Amino acid sequence: MDTEIKVFPRFQPFKVIIYIVCITLAALSLFPFIIMIVNSTRSTPEIQGTAVSLIPSTHLARNYEILTSKDIFDPIRGFVNSIIISTGATLCSVYFSTLTAYALVVYEWKARRAFFTFIMAILMVPGVVVSIGFYKMVYAVGLANNFLPLIIPGIAAPAMVFFMRQYMIPALPLEIVQSARIDGAREFYTFNKIALPIMKPAIATQGIMAFVGNWNNLFMPLILLTQKKMYTMPIMVSLLKGDIYKVEYGSVYLGLTLTVLPLFVVYFLLSKYIIAGIAVGSVKG
Amino acid sequence: MKRKRVSYAKYGYLFSIPFVVTFLICTLYPIIFTGVIGFTNLKGSTMAFSDAKFLPSLGQGLWDNFTETLTAPTFHTALVNTIKMWVVNFIPQISLALILSAWFTNNHKKIKAQGFFKVVFYLPNIITAATIGILFANLFAYPKGPINDILIQLGFIDNPYNFAVSASASQNNVSFMQFWTWYGNTMIVLIAGILGINPEMYEAAEIDGASGNQQFFYITIPNLKTMLLYTLVTSLIGGMQMFDIPRVFQNGQPQNATLTASLYIYTQAFSGSYQYNKAAAASLVMFVIISILSAVVFIVLKDKDEAKLHKIIKQQEREYKKKVKLAKQQLLKEGR
Repeated sequence: MDTEIKVFPRFQPFKVIIYIVCITLAALSLFPFIIMIVNSTRSTPEIQGTAVSLIPSTHLARNYEILTSKDIFDPIRGFVNSIIISTGATLCSVYFSTLTAYALVVYEWKARRAFFTFIMAILMVPGVVVSIGFYKMVYAVGLANNFLPLIIPGIAAPAMVFFMRQYMIPALPLEIVQSARIDGAREFYTFNKIALPIMKPAIATQGIMAFVGNWNNLFMPLILLTQKKMYTMPIMVSLLKGDIYKVEYGSVYLGLTLTVLPLFVVYFLLSKYIIAGIAVGSVKG
Repeated sequence: MKRKRVSYAKYGYLFSIPFVVTFLICTLYPIIFTGVIGFTNLKGSTMAFSDAKFLPSLGQGLWDNFTETLTAPTFHTALVNTIKMWVVNFIPQISLALILSAWFTNNHKKIKAQGFFKVVFYLPNIITAATIGILFANLFAYPKGPINDILIQLGFIDNPYNFAVSASASQNNVSFMQFWTWYGNTMIVLIAGILGINPEMYEAAEIDGASGNQQFFYITIPNLKTMLLYTLVTSLIGGMQMFDIPRVFQNGQPQNATLTASLYIYTQAFSGSYQYNKAAAASLVMFVIISILSAVVFIVLKDKDEAKLHKIIKQQEREYKKKVKLAKQQLLKEGR
């Protein structure tokens, strides 16, 4: 599309505007986090003196002491709890969504079309309508303050089934399944040993997105987990707003930083896959 | 002799069982249960469902919870706030995302460091919404806070401004956070959409001498319609359920200015007098509202596709007839 006419590189004022806008937006994206990280190393009097500073101070350890002394914010416990829930729910989602997609793609069965239509219909059930009934049900069967009600629902993830199916149709030729049958492989074995490895790229992108989604979830853990030792990272973050930390600015910033750091690490390591995942996930034919 | 064929159909059913069972237990049953609770007197943190009674058996109207919810001024406030904060975030969000995606896909401009910009613009979306809510609550702190400091130093204001007590400022701040966390995501979705448009269209437009703006309005926008509507629906459904940020930012305050529908449901059910029945009724009302809104958009979408298909079929028919006609003429010529 680029023609040969542009022999002389000419000055494009419009392009300068584009860069200015983009750099401004990038600064807007990063600035709050920079302030957060720097302020987590500063003491409350320092922050009250000048709230914006780019020079780190020396109060990181003291802030951490204050943060954890109140017997509420326990970053390690929150981290472990969040890891357990997010990992469990993500594994459930990717494994069973792939299995369901396999049922939809590989087998000819009567209810197949109807089942797919059904999955499309429940693609966007708003969570708000599930919550009250789910909460009462979980309490009735005595599973409150248990991680299972936050992990098991991951098995039924209609959006992910849809994505896996779209990916599987071109990626998994049925001849492969047939030749596995001829070799005497059982169906379930074929799925685990042949289909799953082929689906690896899709599982990676969907897995990352599911993990982050579960990690960031506040609503369900908030209503299902009431014991301090079960609190997830987002619940602990939401407690930083309380009166206990009212004047401990440095500690609050540190608490926020601690919840953001693991996400930063994951994001900067995997941003390529994450961004590709959003782009692919959105193109629905 | 007929060869016996093994039918694998049963595995289709077998492998779908985990999904279906989980869906029935974790989604469908809770929805029905929520609906049933909406018709009972279930409230109080200790009351079990088995002790709850249907409203008619207590001499009340069957729909009392629903009519009370629908006439409650607080619910109206919550609903209006939710819509207001969503619109104020969505319009700039989709506009900026569209402009950025047009710039980034423009072959002439060749914007450098695109990868960097995409990663940075998307970054806020990956961070826990609760963290963002509290971070901004601290950034907007009064009288001494980063944003007040910056505004004073830049000379926009003389004295620190207390954002937290102003209803409109609080709403705008929530909208801004939503905008800030989502425009990068929308931009990436739209870039994928634009890259999916047939490049030959742009080439043809180029040859015809169309300007960049003309290409944007006459090729990009019309071809992106489905994608834009998809973005609209998902954002709408998400926006109507906005919870995390308003909850941790100012917990609906001041004067319920940042109270959203989800936050209303949460406060009804899990604070004060634990009115699960009212909360259930409110969730069903929200469910109906969201369903109607998305159904409207989906119908519009579907009709468009069908109309398109119809057009293509007609065109093919016309071409076929033309061909037949030509072939006949050919035959006649040869016959002569």
